[in-house]
Amino acid sequence: MKIVVTIIGQDRVGIVAKVSTAMADVNVNVLDINQNIMNGFFNMVMIADMGAAKISLKELQQKLGEVGKEIGVEIKVQSQDIFNVMHRI
Amino acid sequence: MLLIKEIFETNRMIAENKLDVRTITMGISLRGCSHPDIKVFCKNIYDKITMTAKNLVQVGEDIEAEYGVPIINKRVSVTPISVVAESCKTDSYVPVAEAMDKAAKELGINFIGGFTALVDKHETEGDLLLINSIPEALARTERVCSSVNIGTTKSGINMDAVRRMGLIIKRTAELTAARDAIGCAKLVVFCNAVQDNPFMAGAFHGVGEGSSAINVGVSGPGVVKRALEDVRGQSFDVVAETIKRTAFKVTRVGQLVAQEASKRLGVKMGVIDLSLAPTPAVGDSVAHILEEMGIESCGAPGTTAALALLNDAVKKGGLMAAQHVGGLSGAFIPVSEDAGMIAAVERGSLTLEKLEAMTCVCSVGLDMIAVPGDTSAATLSAIIADEAAIGMINNKTTAVRLIPVPGKKVGDKVEFGGLLGYCPIMAVNSFKADDFIARGGRIPAPLRSLTN
Repeated sequence: MKIVVTIIGQDRVGIVAKVSTAMADVNVNVLDINQNIMNGFFNMVMIADMGAAKISLKELQQKLGEVGKEIGVEIKVQSQDIFNVMHRI
Repeated sequence: MLLIKEIFETNRMIAENKLDVRTITMGISLRGCSHPDIKVFCKNIYDKITMTAKNLVQVGEDIEAEYGVPIINKRVSVTPISVVAESCKTDSYVPVAEAMDKAAKELGINFIGGFTALVDKHETEGDLLLINSIPEALARTERVCSSVNIGTTKSGINMDAVRRMGLIIKRTAELTAARDAIGCAKLVVFCNAVQDNPFMAGAFHGVGEGSSAINVGVSGPGVVKRALEDVRGQSFDVVAETIKRTAFKVTRVGQLVAQEASKRLGVKMGVIDLSLAPTPAVGDSVAHILEEMGIESCGAPGTTAALALLNDAVKKGGLMAAQHVGGLSGAFIPVSEDAGMIAAVERGSLTLEKLEAMTCVCSVGLDMIAVPGDTSAATLSAIIADEAAIGMINNKTTAVRLIPVPGKKVGDKVEFGGLLGYCPIMAVNSFKADDFIARGGRIPAPLRSLTN
């Protein structure tokens, strides 16, 4: 299953490193990263593959939720399907 | 590959504009449950409902977490009880409602629909028993919803049933007077009721349906309002296109959720109901969409035209996004459940008569309207008859969910809580229709050509 990870929050050193390390730990493969900073706000979208992941989507949501709390950003993990159905025919 | 702005657009719709799936409703046939002993019958339906829907809430919550889109309600609708309970030897169906209520509590769902009778032409003994059981059933249960279909375009209007329903609404209000007549908020009188409606309080699992079905109701007034903010001052061509595009996106989410729920529960997918269903939450109002189009306050001249455009564009946009469309499919205008409608009533721009006009061009009818407690049964019946006539002649579903709140008068307020919201008491025309309602009989089915 492909997932979309969105991260929003105050910019600081190490956001990408922390999140991607947490994902690598459980064998979630990052396929694409897109980020920008607007008015000091950090926006990032990662698309990743959970095909070989060691944990379930629910567990990943929990894990990244904790990482988000630790570094003060909001992290959302969703199945990619919802974006595909809405924006692609 | 998805664009970053598309991903943020979806998440903004969910987080800021209250995009959600309003309900996953599982329709369950109870046709195999009949038994002459009402105790056995009640056990049969309790077992059937709790077995068939045992994973409904869990599956709903899983889908919600996976896609990050809220699914507000998980509910169950059943075969009209008047049909399946008729062979019981009993003088009351209240125990049946209690069994439904118990099943709903066991499943963790907030409403169960189907305490229903379909009497558009005449009543059977079972229908009459059901209708007479409604007040007590709604007073003694918490989650049971009831509906009665009193007319169709093909049969005309059963005016005996219309008269009876006025009395039943009054009685229900009296029995639940201590809670501001909340029983009436769970009772709908329909003309042209549909068999696959996922929305409460009018949901039931029609006799033409299969053993079970998943029907999904989408929502998203806030998303439509937000999209229209970007085209302020532009022509109606642009307004209609914008609503269509938005409705398409909203409905695709509903379709995805319905497909997944159906797959995971092993239940056939029924329909997507393309309705704009408001909630009392800020930013989730149909009235505010009409006001965004340029109406100063909902109910002002122009409101009916604005609503007609909205209702039509939502359907056109949603149709292509869904595999099967059904249910009520239209913009809802329940007064107490829509912050913009409540404000419009308080400002004095929205009246019962204007709401009646609005129901000619949208789903569903005079919905969640609190009226003075001294409104007579005959007047309630006459309002039902007017609304049913609109449905019958226009070949559409119309409904009445009026709440005559004992002891309250125009200017007072009632609070129902939660999704049912709160409502100022609205004025009712004080001229009488007692002799009209006393006639009884049937209004014949209308002509279907020469339709001016």
